Amino acid sequence: MDREITYFIQLVIEGLSTGSIYAALALAIVLVNRATGIINFAQGGMAVLSTFVAYALVVRLNLPLGVAILGAVVFAFVLGAAIERVIVRPFERGDPDTAVVVTIGLFVLIGGIAAFFFGYEPRQFPSFFGTITINLGGVFVSLRSLGTIVVLVVVVGLLQLLFRGTKLGLAMRAVADNPQSASLSGLPVSRLLMIGWGLASVLGVVAGVLVAPQLFVSPGMLDFVLVYALAAAILGGLDSPLGAVVAAWFIGVVENLAGAYIDFIGNDLKIAVPFLVMIIILIVRPQGLFGRKVVVRV
Amino acid sequence: MTLLELEDVTASYGHAEVVHGISFRVGENDAAGILGANGAGKTTTLRAISGMVTTGGKITFDGTDITGFRPDKVAALGIAHVPEGRGTLGDLSVRDNLRVGAYLRGDRAGVAEDIELCLDLFPNLRQRISSNASALSGGEQQMLAIARAIMARPRLILLDEASLGLAPSTAQNVYRAIRRLRSEQGVAMVVVEQNAMLAFSVVDHAIVLDTGSTSLTGSRDDLLGMDEVRRAYLGG
Repeated sequence: MDREITYFIQLVIEGLSTGSIYAALALAIVLVNRATGIINFAQGGMAVLSTFVAYALVVRLNLPLGVAILGAVVFAFVLGAAIERVIVRPFERGDPDTAVVVTIGLFVLIGGIAAFFFGYEPRQFPSFFGTITINLGGVFVSLRSLGTIVVLVVVVGLLQLLFRGTKLGLAMRAVADNPQSASLSGLPVSRLLMIGWGLASVLGVVAGVLVAPQLFVSPGMLDFVLVYALAAAILGGLDSPLGAVVAAWFIGVVENLAGAYIDFIGNDLKIAVPFLVMIIILIVRPQGLFGRKVVVRV
Repeated sequence: MTLLELEDVTASYGHAEVVHGISFRVGENDAAGILGANGAGKTTTLRAISGMVTTGGKITFDGTDITGFRPDKVAALGIAHVPEGRGTLGDLSVRDNLRVGAYLRGDRAGVAEDIELCLDLFPNLRQRISSNASALSGGEQQMLAIARAIMARPRLILLDEASLGLAPSTAQNVYRAIRRLRSEQGVAMVVVEQNAMLAFSVVDHAIVLDTGSTSLTGSRDDLLGMDEVRRAYLGG
């Protein structure tokens, strides 16, 4: 194969891989937004704290990586559910702007808690996929990149299964649609919202664990990922999981291609490119790529 | 036997009390009406039963004091509320709306049977079974809302303004189905309606509310015989 083409394919796969990490966090944001109408700025912080738990289990307690990640997933679920129950619930029925300020406060608070226990020094985190590079017909890609994409695709498949194939998923969709009406059919709305936040928090730790081997674990490790994830969620339409994934992949790929092909941009400016594209798209389609226009019927 | 009893029930939104101590009873297999003008407190009375507003006095359902119960707990006892504005789940398909209605039931086979029963009662819904509820017409949404209540296999249905915003012929269709539901399944109902003629086609007795208090009460025939009812609700 032509070297130019293989290079291009490598860049696209790398971009999809980075985009998959944005996508996991973007899915978390979309899930919470659909259920409670709140944009949770603390989603990244919650993910970092849970990733630190994985770090502590694997490095300090010497547990196998798989067990440590499982432990972090359980921690993340409980953390998400507890935050909804204790901190966010009083603001759910109020002004969404107030709730957003609360989540920003949470973001700062959780970052502080992570720093208090683990400090600001970045810490190494083992990768599930090692440092193997695979040759796919002349295209060299790391197992890490492929693995990251596969993990995201599996996560999306599981979510689809949950929401389309189970009674719990049906109930969560009903509560996201109209909580008051859902309660009239006997759905325990508050418990379902807790589960929704717990699930979103689990998606966050998936992003955290996937990105930790590259970025190292530190309280601010997901700050820029959160910015991309928010961008992906908004670009995708805020209430569309599919939109969030497509937008996150798009951002990851555009960022990577722009950095490699447009000379004056390079590595430092490449993060600006997807945002520029995003602004242009949102001017044309304010509801996002997959979002629906909210039509108020009289 | 009394299924539902309200004793001196008050209901308020925040500090504003809108229902000031009303009482009535609904027996098993009974259909009671709540009539009255806009703002009389009809919808709020139903919301009080379902635990959606702050409630005083005493509400008893089948011997259990349910005053202040959460809506999902009230539903679990066998009360299905078809709310004002229908409350259909717009992003969910017609089939999923019906399945949500059966959320508290564990009998899969029975649920599948009842979906068929609802589609027989409302044939329009059969063609729209995979459409999102938001894509239905107003009449179809009302039918879906009622069907969703039926899916719970309730002992009592609270029906709020089922004719609101519908063309007269559509409203007639909806009430025809409600009468069929009454005659075939004998489920008890509380029917809130501004259109008294439609209400009287279903209910056996009714109370008339005026700004949050009971102004009249009686059997259908009693009420139909009263001049003030004829003047106010039946056009003379």
